[in-house]
Amino acid sequence: MTRNTKPDFYALSWRLPIIIWQALFFLGPIVFMIAMSFFLVKNYRMTEAFEFVNWGRMMTRGYFWDSYWHTIWIASLSTLCGMLIAFPVAYTLAFRASENTRRMAIFLLIIPFFTSYLVRTFSWFVILSESGVLNAMLGWVGLGPYTMLNTTFGTLVGYMTLTLPLVVILQTLAMANIDRSLVEAAHNLGCKPLQTIWRVILPLAKTGMIVAAVFCFILSFGDFVAPFYLGGSQDPTLPILIIDTTKSGQQWPRAAVVAIMMMLTLFAVAFAGIALAYRKRAMS
Amino acid sequence: MGNNTKTTGALTRRHLMQVGGGALLSAPFVSRAWAQTTDINVLAWYGHAEPDMVAEFEAANNVRFVPKYYAGGDNMLALIAQSPPGTYDLILSDGEFVQQLNAAGYIQEMEAADYPFDDMLHEDFTKFPGHWADGKLYSMILRGGHLGVSYNRNAMSEEEASSYDGFWKPELAGKVGHFDWHLPSLGMMSLKNGNGASLFDLTDDQWQAVQDTTMSLRPQVGGYFDYGGTFNGLKNGEMQAMCGIGDWITGVLERDGAPVASVIPKEGGIQWTESYSIGVETEKADICKQFIQYMLSPEGQVKSAQMLAYPGFCVTKAGRAMLNEVDMAEAERTGQVDGMADDPITLIREGRIHYRDVPKQQTLEDWNDFWSEYKNA
Repeated sequence: MTRNTKPDFYALSWRLPIIIWQALFFLGPIVFMIAMSFFLVKNYRMTEAFEFVNWGRMMTRGYFWDSYWHTIWIASLSTLCGMLIAFPVAYTLAFRASENTRRMAIFLLIIPFFTSYLVRTFSWFVILSESGVLNAMLGWVGLGPYTMLNTTFGTLVGYMTLTLPLVVILQTLAMANIDRSLVEAAHNLGCKPLQTIWRVILPLAKTGMIVAAVFCFILSFGDFVAPFYLGGSQDPTLPILIIDTTKSGQQWPRAAVVAIMMMLTLFAVAFAGIALAYRKRAMS
Repeated sequence: MGNNTKTTGALTRRHLMQVGGGALLSAPFVSRAWAQTTDINVLAWYGHAEPDMVAEFEAANNVRFVPKYYAGGDNMLALIAQSPPGTYDLILSDGEFVQQLNAAGYIQEMEAADYPFDDMLHEDFTKFPGHWADGKLYSMILRGGHLGVSYNRNAMSEEEASSYDGFWKPELAGKVGHFDWHLPSLGMMSLKNGNGASLFDLTDDQWQAVQDTTMSLRPQVGGYFDYGGTFNGLKNGEMQAMCGIGDWITGVLERDGAPVASVIPKEGGIQWTESYSIGVETEKADICKQFIQYMLSPEGQVKSAQMLAYPGFCVTKAGRAMLNEVDMAEAERTGQVDGMADDPITLIREGRIHYRDVPKQQTLEDWNDFWSEYKNA
């Protein structure tokens, strides 16, 4: 059988818009950002150059690595919290709720995306401040007041505001697609509920779960709003470092170095997640 | 009656036709009149082109201010550097950045005789550093404000706030906030170290000592904030003391009834100064000049002192006199009454105030690098 090597212009014409889109708005900016990391700033104006001075400077600064590891740590913590908090909700929606309830719940989970994340973040001030709603309620039972704003806890609350609805949706969809007869079979064969979750549901929903975790990590890793406004910059993450770098002396090339390091990290996490999600499936 | 109604109806239709036709025919003239409104592109800190500041001038001169707001001198210089020449007609700048605007050729020479130099409240304002070059004027001082210790009255006494040592008060652990800009905060640490007038002109040893002092404050720090965050932190009581700000933020909260204040500590305070310059390639230099004259008139100075976004003190005697006349409460709150102990002009005369500047012996990058280290510590 010979392969037809003649280009299919009809098929290509359908693919072309997305290729152009990606080239213009994804590949192009990345190439420019990489080039920019070698530029120099003179008198607050970027000048084209090919110098490694920005890379040399940022890579040798202790505060860059402190921010880097801190960002990885807090994004990982956010992922862990998000996955754990979302799981009972997603499990209930997938296995206990009716089709209608599940549909309505997913619709309600989408609604937060209709509103500005910044506005939702600011609304936490009213709830988390020392004179806020939460401390007032704790005060009724003789607890507090606790400092929640400008802490890592505040940052995590912000991350959850950003990621939790999406994580619940992804987990729910992952579990809703599991063949229920397999879960019932596990019960019939004497598997306890927690064992069923661990040995049947999680392996079957693995791909969706990993996708949810990767999304949670990516969104938290790149978020500026939560650590700045709810964490009070006490968690100087890489997005905050980018802002600081551009603010003083307009060092966009150095900010580009930080951004490239962030992208490389996120690519690594995403590829590792994909490899983990599909590894066993490929083997089986 | 019926006839009347009919007649009225017919007249109404005719009237409508007349009015409609008239409106249609006059539309080009309305449009032309509208088109004559001159846009003034202004680069400024937030608030300077808001209605409370410019609406009267706009109405009187058929102009419209089109603002581009920035936060910080670096940001301002970058916006100009990255824009085509002539983009901005009017530029409001922090005093210490005028020299760089001039060196880069972004602003044009101004005629000193056009402005009320003989009415200045302090002689420094007539020859403000960097505003003149080779005897030529390039920027006109508009207003100023002082930075010191800002605090919540329920958490600190005025006496405790009267020294930068107050930031280290054990009860304030985790409750001291920083305005997230290294210049004012590190300037204050330099004052605490006794560097006085040379607070920005530090030898290596002095710079190291400033870094050490700043680092020792880190356990007290509860956050680093922009304008909104600083405002919220003080308002909701999360932050009980703030380093790097002054009455330009607490004044707005104080007007709103919050128990906050700013004082100039015994080690000294820092002055921020705002000045207007005219863009070098603008074709609207005349109207820009008129606006600067308006802002330096007594009415303009009062508007500046009462500015909704953030207050600043008057620099002209006539401006202060009018403020005393029309808004004594604000004048007293800010010490702008002759003879008051916290009169900003008296504080300058007593040598307790130092003009904000850029580092002299280090680069801005050195200071910024340390600021990032400090935040990560």
